[in-house]
Amino acid sequence: MDETLLKTPLADEHVALGARMVPFAGWYMPVQYKEGILAEHKYTREHVSLFDICHMGEFVVLGRGAASALDYALARSVADQKVGSCRYNFLLNEAGGVIDDLIVYRMQDESFILVVNAARIATDFATLKERLPSSLHMENLSDRLAKFDLQGPESTDVLVSLGLDAAALPKYYHWASFELFGMTVMISRTGYTGELGYELYFEADHAVDVWRKLLACPGVKPAGLGARDTLRLEMGYPLYGDEMDESTTPVEAGFGALLKLDKSDRMFVGSDALRADPPKKHLRGLVLDGRRAAHTGTPVLLNGTQVGTITSGTFAPSLGCAVAMAYFDASAEIPEDAEFEVELHRAVVKAKLAPLPFWTHGTANPKK
Amino acid sequence: MAKYYAESHEWIELDGTTATLGISKYAADSLGDITYVEIPAPGKAVAAGEVLCTVESVKAVSDVYAPVAGTVGEGNADLEADPAALNADPENTWICKLEGVNASDLGGLMDADAYAKFVESL
Repeated sequence: MDETLLKTPLADEHVALGARMVPFAGWYMPVQYKEGILAEHKYTREHVSLFDICHMGEFVVLGRGAASALDYALARSVADQKVGSCRYNFLLNEAGGVIDDLIVYRMQDESFILVVNAARIATDFATLKERLPSSLHMENLSDRLAKFDLQGPESTDVLVSLGLDAAALPKYYHWASFELFGMTVMISRTGYTGELGYELYFEADHAVDVWRKLLACPGVKPAGLGARDTLRLEMGYPLYGDEMDESTTPVEAGFGALLKLDKSDRMFVGSDALRADPPKKHLRGLVLDGRRAAHTGTPVLLNGTQVGTITSGTFAPSLGCAVAMAYFDASAEIPEDAEFEVELHRAVVKAKLAPLPFWTHGTANPKK
Repeated sequence: MAKYYAESHEWIELDGTTATLGISKYAADSLGDITYVEIPAPGKAVAAGEVLCTVESVKAVSDVYAPVAGTVGEGNADLEADPAALNADPENTWICKLEGVNASDLGGLMDADAYAKFVESL
């Protein structure tokens, strides 16, 4: 392996389980285990899978004024977020471009944990350090905290089998702390698969022990980043680097409604640009004709003219056809029933717009 | 019937002048879950080393090459609906036939033992 790649505490566990290891965001990570991506994908939709997500980053921000400072530093309101809740949020530059997408956990009135993308840890930390008052305590816990995702309709059963009280488990986009395996584990009802699921945070020293104990629970199987990607794509969830980067605004990525730009005069870094500049592109879902996948950067043509670009695509195991997400130029006239052509390796396939999520039977959000 | 392998990981079995073609276990395992197999159109004359069709997995796209010259014959239409069959039993799952194959062309290919050693060297 490339010696410069970072390893989670579980790298040897993955290899022992027969995982195929690949570089991802600078980390040496399992793309799949022995059963393969399709089996892991299906198992997550129907049962419960365990994902090693230790590569992702966690920061703590606390101190008097933390809520109001984060409220200005991030695109969605933090001030009105309830203690015990999690909120999907964005760190923007002055132009409204996405430095990272992240989840904010409100621990107490003036205490927060931010969960960020692995490849953006250093950039995010430096940006926030500069943006937040020096009186606040800010710490990068990424190396000290392990993160496992337990995802699938049977994930609650697993936690209950370990002695946790089902009624005490957090509701969708909430977190709570539990005594589990003889230590404190923060558990949130969040995930990246579209299914009922939890994200577990605890001291990284215990990662191997917890991994083995969770895999020893009846019904729990490991799943790799390959299935994580097909699961998230079926949900239309963005992946930083594919659907979002510093030249893309959250409005362009389809999250305009979350920012409430017209409904309030809330100021935050990037708000002036977002209010002034109309979006240059729009993210849309595409369903392709057949099973062949379109990958990042592939042009989307309408009557021979390029009107968009694929950001990511895959064969969608739950749907039996290929799906993709693509940016379309805001200036292009796109009829909703347009029939696009997408040029693949030695073939051209037809594609049509489709509402997101592609997979509409997910169990994650009880309200949907 | 003896099986012959190309360095590009296809196998063929020759019966008279008709060859049956597939991809090796090594190729199928390397690709991972196969989600699409292009069945080449019959009637096309191909030279040795020419692209026959494309096989796609969740994470990769790979071309299949003609190990010897011939004319594309019947394809295995079952693979359109069940491409995963190529993962399940690659050495016994055929993709297409090649007609008009010259037995003397097999000399440039590897037998099963030689191919096994070749794969080990990769």
